[in-house]
Amino acid sequence: MTSSSVPSSISGSAESQAVSQALSQAVAVALPLVDSSHDAEAGHGDEEGHGDFRLFGLATFLVADGMTFAGFFAAYLTFRAVNPLAEGGNYELELALPTLNTILLLVSSLTFHRAARAIHQDRIDACRNWLLVTAALGFTFLGGQMVEYFSLPFGLTDNLFASTFYAITGFHGLHVTLGGLMILIIWWQSRRGGRVTRANLFPLEATELYWHFVDGIWVLLYGILYLL
Amino acid sequence: MTLTLSPPTATPEPQAPLQPQGWLRYFSFSVDHKVIGLQYLVCGFIFYFIGGALAGMIRTELWTPLSDFMPRETYNEVLTMHGTVMIFLWIVPVVNGAFGNYLIPFYVGARDMAFPRLNAVAFWLIPPAGLLLISSYFIGSASQSGWTAYPPLSLTTPATGQVIWILSVLLLGGSSIFGGINFIATILKLRRPGLKLLQLPMFCWALLGTSILVVLSTPVLAGTLVLLSFDIIAHTGFFNPALGGNAVVYQHLFWFYSHPAVYIMVLPAFGLVSEILPVHARKPLFGYITMVYSILAIVVLGLVVWAHHMFTSGTPPWMRLFFTIATSLIAVPTGIKFFNWLATLWGGKIALNTAMLFSCGFIVNFVFGGITGVALAQVPFDIHVHDTYFVVAHFHYIVYGGTVFVIFGSVYHWYPKFTGRMANETLGRLHFVLTFIGFNLCFAPQHWLGLNGMPRRVAEYDPQFTFINQLSSVGALLMAISTLPFLINMVYSAFAGEKAGDNPWRALTPEWLTSSPPPVENWKGPAPLVTHPYGYGEAPKPQTAVASST
Repeated sequence: MTSSSVPSSISGSAESQAVSQALSQAVAVALPLVDSSHDAEAGHGDEEGHGDFRLFGLATFLVADGMTFAGFFAAYLTFRAVNPLAEGGNYELELALPTLNTILLLVSSLTFHRAARAIHQDRIDACRNWLLVTAALGFTFLGGQMVEYFSLPFGLTDNLFASTFYAITGFHGLHVTLGGLMILIIWWQSRRGGRVTRANLFPLEATELYWHFVDGIWVLLYGILYLL
Repeated sequence: MTLTLSPPTATPEPQAPLQPQGWLRYFSFSVDHKVIGLQYLVCGFIFYFIGGALAGMIRTELWTPLSDFMPRETYNEVLTMHGTVMIFLWIVPVVNGAFGNYLIPFYVGARDMAFPRLNAVAFWLIPPAGLLLISSYFIGSASQSGWTAYPPLSLTTPATGQVIWILSVLLLGGSSIFGGINFIATILKLRRPGLKLLQLPMFCWALLGTSILVVLSTPVLAGTLVLLSFDIIAHTGFFNPALGGNAVVYQHLFWFYSHPAVYIMVLPAFGLVSEILPVHARKPLFGYITMVYSILAIVVLGLVVWAHHMFTSGTPPWMRLFFTIATSLIAVPTGIKFFNWLATLWGGKIALNTAMLFSCGFIVNFVFGGITGVALAQVPFDIHVHDTYFVVAHFHYIVYGGTVFVIFGSVYHWYPKFTGRMANETLGRLHFVLTFIGFNLCFAPQHWLGLNGMPRRVAEYDPQFTFINQLSSVGALLMAISTLPFLINMVYSAFAGEKAGDNPWRALTPEWLTSSPPPVENWKGPAPLVTHPYGYGEAPKPQTAVASST
C-alpha cells in the first residue's frame, strides 16, 4: 500500500521534490521490515543475490510461538475468572525464588547482548566468554525452577491452578532448555575454525533473538502467574 | 527510479546443482517449489479419495433410519476420520501447499520459495501424519469425538485413538505453520526487484492473508491439543468438568483456530478464482484494490468471530451480540469480492471451458453457503439449527461447493502448465456436470433436514427423514461417479492429451511466461517484470509510475 505511493510522489513538481524526498526517506527507514523490493532496487540489482531472510522467518515463527503462550495465558486467566477453586485450593506462591530467577534471565539477555557486541568488534574470546556466562545464567534459572518445583506443595493433577501452572512454566522451561543448548552449540562453533564468525553471524543473531523472546515471555509469565 | 535489470546475457543452462538425480531421489529430496507443489497436490488427492470413501460410508449408513450398515461406534469413527482427513489432509494442504507452492514463486518473480528446505520439511510432515491418523483404525479404535474433539466427549471415548488423532493434528499444524512462515517471507521479502506489492496477482494477497491467519491461530490449536492430551494421558483437569476444569475454554481455544481455519481453506480459493476468471473472460480483474482490502478485512474479522460456533455453550449475552455483529460484518468484504468477480465476468469474452465452469459453479455454491452463513450468525436461528444437518449443509456449501470446486477448476486451468498437455474438455465438462448436480442433490436437501430437526453425527434418525436422506445419498453417489471422468482425464491427458504449448490460455500472469512445464528455477533467463498481471484488452501501459501533479 505504502509502497505504491512512494514512487508516484517522487516524480512530482519541483517544489514537492524536497518534501517527497524526505517522505521517501522516512518510508525507506520504516519500510524494509515489510517491503524488500526497495532495498533490493537500491542495493543489489542482481536478482540472484537476494538478502538473508532467515531472521525474518525466525521472527515470524516466534510470533507463532508467542501465540501458543497467548493461548495458555488466555486459558489460565479464564480459568481464574470463571472456575473458582475448591476450599483450600488456593496456593500461595513464594515470590523470592521466582524474582531472583527473573533477574537472572534479564541479566542473561544483557550478557547475550554483550556477546553480540563483542563479536561485532571482532573480540571473539570476549564473545565466547559472554556466551558462557549467558548459558550459565540460563541453566541456573532452570535449576532454580527445579528447586521451586520440588518445594511446591502441589502436584500436576492437584487442581486446575496447579495443572495450568506446571503446563505454562514447563513449556517455558522447555524453551529455556532449548535456548541454553543453542547457546552452548554456538559457543562451540565460535571456536577458532568454527562456523560462527563475523562473516557468518546468523546462528548467533538467531539465538539472540530467540533468547530475548524467551526472556520476554518469562516477564509476562511472571507478571500473570506470580504477581497477578 | 533506476531499474537495474540483470542483462540478458547467456545464463548457464544447467542451473540446478542442488537437484538430486534419479527418479526416486528427485521425488523424495527435491526442494524445487514446483515438485513440492505437485507432491502436495497428488498427496492431497489421495487423501481426498480416502475421505470421499469415508463420506460414501456415511451416506450408505444413512440410507436407512437404522444403524444397520455399521455399528454406531464405527460410524462415529468414520465421521471423525472423514472430517479430519478432508480438512487437515486435503483442503488445507492443497489450496495452500499445492497451489501456493507452485504459483507464489512465479508471481513474485522468484526462482524458489524463501526457505526451500523448510518447504520440503513442511510437505514431508504430511504423509506420516496422514498414515498415523489412518493407522489408528488398525490398532484398536480411531477417534470417535468428531473433528472438533470436544471434551468431555474426547475424554470418555477410547484414549488411544484420541491421542493418535492429537499427534497427527499437531504434526499437520506444524506443517501448516512452516508453510505459512515460508509464504509470508516469500511474498514480502523475495519479490523481484521493481515489483510492488500492489502489482502482485491476487492469489499472493490471498495467500498472504491466509498465512497470517495460519501463523496467528494454528499455534493456539497446538497448545490446546497438548493440554487435551494432558487431560487424557496424565489425568489433569483442564477441560474436564469432573475434575474442576472448564470444557467451554477448550471450545474457545479450538474455535480461535478453527474458525480462521475456514478462511485458511477459503481465502486461497478466492485468490485462485481471481486468477482464473480474468484469463477466461479476457478482462482485467475488477476492483483490484477493493479485493486486497477485502482480503485484509476478512483476515482481521476472521480472528474475532470464533464464538459464533458456541451460541449454545452458555455464552453470555454481550458475547452473543458482539460475535453476531462481527460475523455478519464479514458478509461485507465477501460481498465486495463476489460483486467484483461478477463485474469481471460482465461483458467479458467468456470461454466456458471446464476451469470457467467450475469457477462459476463456485460462485453459485458459495453465495448460497454465504447466505446460510449470515443466517447462522443470528443467535435465534443458530440456536434452532445448532448441531443439525443445516450446519452440515452450510459447511459443505462453503468448503465443497466453494473451495473444492475451485480446486478442480484450478487443476483444469493449470493442467497445461503442470504437464505441457491440455486436459480433455469433454471429460472435464462431464466431470463438472456430474459434480455440480451431485453436490447440490447431496447437500441442498440437508438444509431441509436440519430445519426439521435431524441432528448431525448420529447413525440413526427419525424414519420421516428417510426419503430426503436417500435423495442426499444419491447425490453422494453421483459425486463419487464424477471422480471417474476426472481420474481418467488426468491420467489419459498426461500421456495422450493435445500438446499445450507454453501459454495455451494467452494468460498474462508470470507463470505462463515460461515453458510448460517450467524448467528448474523457473526461467531460463532473468525473471520477467509483470506489473499488469490482468491487463487483458488494455493498451499496454508504460511501466513507470504515473506522475501525480496535485
